[in-house]
Amino acid sequence: MTTVEDPPAVVQAERRIRILERPKATTGKFSWVTTVDHKKIAIMYATLALGFFVVGGIEALFIRLQLAQPDGTILSAARYNEFFTMHGTTMVFLLGMPIAAAFGNFLVPLMIGARDVAFPRLNMLGFWVFALGGVFLYSSFALGGAPDGGWFGYAPLTSTPLAAGYLPGRGTDFWTVGIIMLGIGSVATAVNFLVTILNMRAPGMTMMRMPVFVWMMLVVAFLTLFAMPPVTAALIMVFMDRNFHTNFFNAAAGGDPLMYQNLFWIFGHPEVYILILPGMGIVSEILPVFSRKPLFGYSIVVFSGIAIGFLGWGVWAHHMFTSGLGPVAVSAFGLSTMLIAVPTGVKIFNWLATVWGGAVRLRTPMLFALGFIAQFTVGGLSGVMHSIVPSDTQQTDTYFVVAHFHYVLFGGLVFAVFGGFYYWWPKVFGTMLNERMGKLNFWLMVIGFNLTFFPMHFLGFEGQPRRTYTYPSGMGWDTMNLLATIGAFIIATSVAVFIVNVIFTARRGERVSHDPWDGRTLEWSIPSPPPEYNFAVVPIVTGIDDYWHRKYTEDDEGRLVKLPAGGAVDEAEHEPAGFDPHSIHMPSPSYWPLIFAIALPVMGYGFVFKNWFLLAAGVVVAFFGLNGWAIEPSAEPEPSGTEAH
Amino acid sequence: MAQAVVTAGSSELAPDGHADHSHDTNTGVSNPKLAIWLFLSSEALFFGAFISTYFLYRGRDAQFLKGPTPDKLLNIPFTSVTSFVLLMSSLTMVLALAAIQRGDHRRLRIWLLATALFGATFIGGQLYEFTEFYRQGLHLGTNMFGTTFFVLTGLHGAHVTVGIVWLLLVWSRSMQGRLPSEKSEAVEIAGLYWHFVDIVWIFIFTAIYLIPTH
Amino acid sequence: MLDRTQRFRRAGATAAIAIAVATLASCGDSTGPKNKQNALRPAGKYSRQILHLTEPFFWIAVLVGLGVIGGTFFVALRFREKPGEERAVKQVHGNTILEISWTIIPALILLVMAVPTIATIFSLAKKPTGPNVVHVTVTARQWWWQFHYDDPGNGVETANELHIPVGAPVSLTLQGPPACSPAPCYTNGVLHSFWVPELNGKKDVVPGRKQFLKLEADRPGTYLGQCAEYCGLSHADMRLRVIVQTPADYEAWVKSQLATKTSEAALQTGVNNATYQCASCHSFKSGTAGAAAPNLAHLADRMAFAGDKYLLNYDNLWHWVYDAPGRKPMGKLVQHMPAFSQAGMSQAEAQKIACFLLTNTATNPNPPSECAGK
Repeated sequence: MTTVEDPPAVVQAERRIRILERPKATTGKFSWVTTVDHKKIAIMYATLALGFFVVGGIEALFIRLQLAQPDGTILSAARYNEFFTMHGTTMVFLLGMPIAAAFGNFLVPLMIGARDVAFPRLNMLGFWVFALGGVFLYSSFALGGAPDGGWFGYAPLTSTPLAAGYLPGRGTDFWTVGIIMLGIGSVATAVNFLVTILNMRAPGMTMMRMPVFVWMMLVVAFLTLFAMPPVTAALIMVFMDRNFHTNFFNAAAGGDPLMYQNLFWIFGHPEVYILILPGMGIVSEILPVFSRKPLFGYSIVVFSGIAIGFLGWGVWAHHMFTSGLGPVAVSAFGLSTMLIAVPTGVKIFNWLATVWGGAVRLRTPMLFALGFIAQFTVGGLSGVMHSIVPSDTQQTDTYFVVAHFHYVLFGGLVFAVFGGFYYWWPKVFGTMLNERMGKLNFWLMVIGFNLTFFPMHFLGFEGQPRRTYTYPSGMGWDTMNLLATIGAFIIATSVAVFIVNVIFTARRGERVSHDPWDGRTLEWSIPSPPPEYNFAVVPIVTGIDDYWHRKYTEDDEGRLVKLPAGGAVDEAEHEPAGFDPHSIHMPSPSYWPLIFAIALPVMGYGFVFKNWFLLAAGVVVAFFGLNGWAIEPSAEPEPSGTEAH
Repeated sequence: MAQAVVTAGSSELAPDGHADHSHDTNTGVSNPKLAIWLFLSSEALFFGAFISTYFLYRGRDAQFLKGPTPDKLLNIPFTSVTSFVLLMSSLTMVLALAAIQRGDHRRLRIWLLATALFGATFIGGQLYEFTEFYRQGLHLGTNMFGTTFFVLTGLHGAHVTVGIVWLLLVWSRSMQGRLPSEKSEAVEIAGLYWHFVDIVWIFIFTAIYLIPTH
Repeated sequence: MLDRTQRFRRAGATAAIAIAVATLASCGDSTGPKNKQNALRPAGKYSRQILHLTEPFFWIAVLVGLGVIGGTFFVALRFREKPGEERAVKQVHGNTILEISWTIIPALILLVMAVPTIATIFSLAKKPTGPNVVHVTVTARQWWWQFHYDDPGNGVETANELHIPVGAPVSLTLQGPPACSPAPCYTNGVLHSFWVPELNGKKDVVPGRKQFLKLEADRPGTYLGQCAEYCGLSHADMRLRVIVQTPADYEAWVKSQLATKTSEAALQTGVNNATYQCASCHSFKSGTAGAAAPNLAHLADRMAFAGDKYLLNYDNLWHWVYDAPGRKPMGKLVQHMPAFSQAGMSQAEAQKIACFLLTNTATNPNPPSECAGK
């Protein structure tokens, strides 16, 4: 039988009555809600992540106020526990991961010469899930108690049913459901980045010609893809234990609390690299530009990033050195932890070698990048000290650990992020952030950060455990705690300077050319801010730092020689003759991902309050959103219908 | 989520900004297909976590909570039959894809429905099994077997259910004439998910039903 | 060229001084005479073993750290481009020998570090043997520590205060509270971590597991410790102290704790057990564990109570008896010391109970003046 039924023309089917007419506007305020443009989505990611950075920072300030003196009474124990839990959760899930998504979204397509990401609407979904997931988590403050089980929510404290009163409120339910929700968004974003990077590079942009930032985002996306499932499983188990009588972590039934720790840290340690690798990528972009030299040992830096990504899966139990794994397991994980220090060190040495012998311009982005190197090294070295397992038994769960990971994540990631803001601001907005305020921003942050966290190393050695809402006087901790609190407020001032700088720049920022830093990567070859379609003509790439080599060459001794102006360099200002932007068919805005994203918190509230009506409503809305999404084409056909296919 | 990605995906962007053709991508694999493979690798770890948990908690009920144990409860012949039905659904899925690829839309719809029906049969069997176990006194909190069994197989069942809904959506698109042969990739991607869910069941079936507890 | 070098030197010196000052300031302030919870001041061989292992690596880390920080300052300042200067920079793309050396050298350093690390791990994991080993079972509760001595002839049961003889290895078995019943139930306590920094590193307490940790002190004194794994609302108030005594003092203490100072019945009457049901949680008999709360038979021999949060004195004790949740956050914990003030207890009665306990549970009673006539 070879009966062939020709389907009716697609166009005909498209004419049926729509419940929601597809949004068309790509400008105006409302267009931000339905946009699928990776650059707009990136700006929304960054804005919201910064908002959460401020919220998490305010929580940190309260924590520091409470601990400024012994027997502090500014916060109750319950409130303190909520604040440190939400501080950690916020900084990891609502700042660290989304800010990487912000930079990745803006830069990855530009750096590889693509016009958008592979799945623009999935990208939009990722953002809205993050936004609504964050709101969902924070709504807990008003709806029966915020999460208060710590950012790694160890069972059985978290998994024991509410009735036992181990934790006073509903917070853990919000926390488990909220993190699962954010995880869905992260996986969606990771898949999108992976497909974009693997599939959508411009002609000639081979993997080994990609900017290091793109490489790091690739590794991060793989890590996210494989790290979220174990933690999702662990969180489902906690939720089931709390609410549906299962026994996953119930010792009386044969469940094992260490199972939770294993599942959590199999996610949790790669998560650390998910947070820091984008920072390493940003720094690897800034250093060469401000040294006027190529990245030293490009391939080594790339491979050490990949090595960190791989080894990151074999070190999780170093978070559990005191939980009684036995000497053999502990030794093995101690060794693997030492091993991961090697590629990390290699990166640092290569960065220093990049700057060595360069023509160094100490502009704000460069200052932040250099601050990253110095401070991240301190965090890395205290990390190596944790691999000395017996030392770790003294250091873990004390302020030494707090110092350690803040040197990595604040001294490292946050510094890189601020460097990235100053560096790419002119590309994103076409204006330059004020340099003097930038330097003030930097130095205040360096002073505040080190004043806050350096003494904490010693507080840890001297016996102050983390996560304690109070401490008695006479322990010798008073001065250092007060210093840390003062430092925290200096950091806050520094962030305020940045915000003022942003407002100032928005009002009367200096407009700059498309390439104010004399950049090396493709994003600098196009106008600032970039047009919706990014590249008028898809670039053909011939090497690493392709754009740089359109501007400069090397003489026989390897010295920099400027090529005569004109030619390729000016293409940004002058689009090719006869170029019509409408000839580039970009994806259309959409409602459906937003509808699906709205369904998730509705389902979430259904789970938290065991309201099956709400849950069912969420499922229906989700189905409605997905179905609409599936039927809707990525890009509307051209009105003229001139498309060849 | 993945569903929407992939069924909508066949017209997503390729590097040149035009609708996708697989030969336009750097890897030669089309964007939606690469995405589903990546998503499924993530899913594999999700089930891996629950299957590992099942193994690590296996056989602990002798020391702790009593209550019905697998050797008393499991009706292996019955579940073997429903498992066989589920495996057969992979075959019909392959036939569905082959049908659309050669432009046979009537067969496509038949095989899609058959696949969904086989899946539904499996789910029906699972529901029967759950109620039967429940009647014999095995609840979520009875013992570690109750906890791990219901959650692991329940999550798998949820995945099968999603797969059934997905297949029915593809089927209804075909019925509306919105699934021309050029878009056969939509069927292929639904199929990849479906095969994945089947393969996971082979692991779960082996873990729970075939490997003896003692 | 000259001025750049000078500028670098000046900046380098400033940086070095700043770091030195910061380090010294942090160290100098630290070890106040009262701090007895300091991992940098070991008082026993296990903690000393750890510190000796840590120290060389700490200094290696400081050296490497200063090297990198110094290197960062150096490259930034030495190669700084003057305004208006256009240097034709030599474009170096990499150097294989350098790459290999900065991969191999750290790897070798780490390899060297690994040997003593692993040796120490195994040494610390070895259970002590011999006739003088003291065995104690530590049960971590929310939020206090229960100690039971397990050696023949020594069945002491106490809370928050661990007495050990100087120079003798102490083998601790760390456990969660007994499994809940009747099954199925889900209240088996939470994770805690036992930590007395001056005597050893920490070890987590995991419900359903028995964990091992050893202590040994080489001079008498009081050493403070604290729960180091977040365990809920009053995690900060779950403290403990280890009192290291000469063997003779220790023996005397054991004897005093095993003796019956006041009969169980008399103690229960004295605290008005009939009204307040104290014995449903506490035990008033030497050597036996209470159902959910500390043994009180020798309460007044202890220095502190309530998870070592309050020193044991008249004021603290009667306030505690009167309104415990007001003195230490209990949240919604199902089982905790209730607010007897809300169960009809008057302040006078609370004071009377406190006086009774201070007088009748002390080996050498020394009731405060407020208790005269109560």
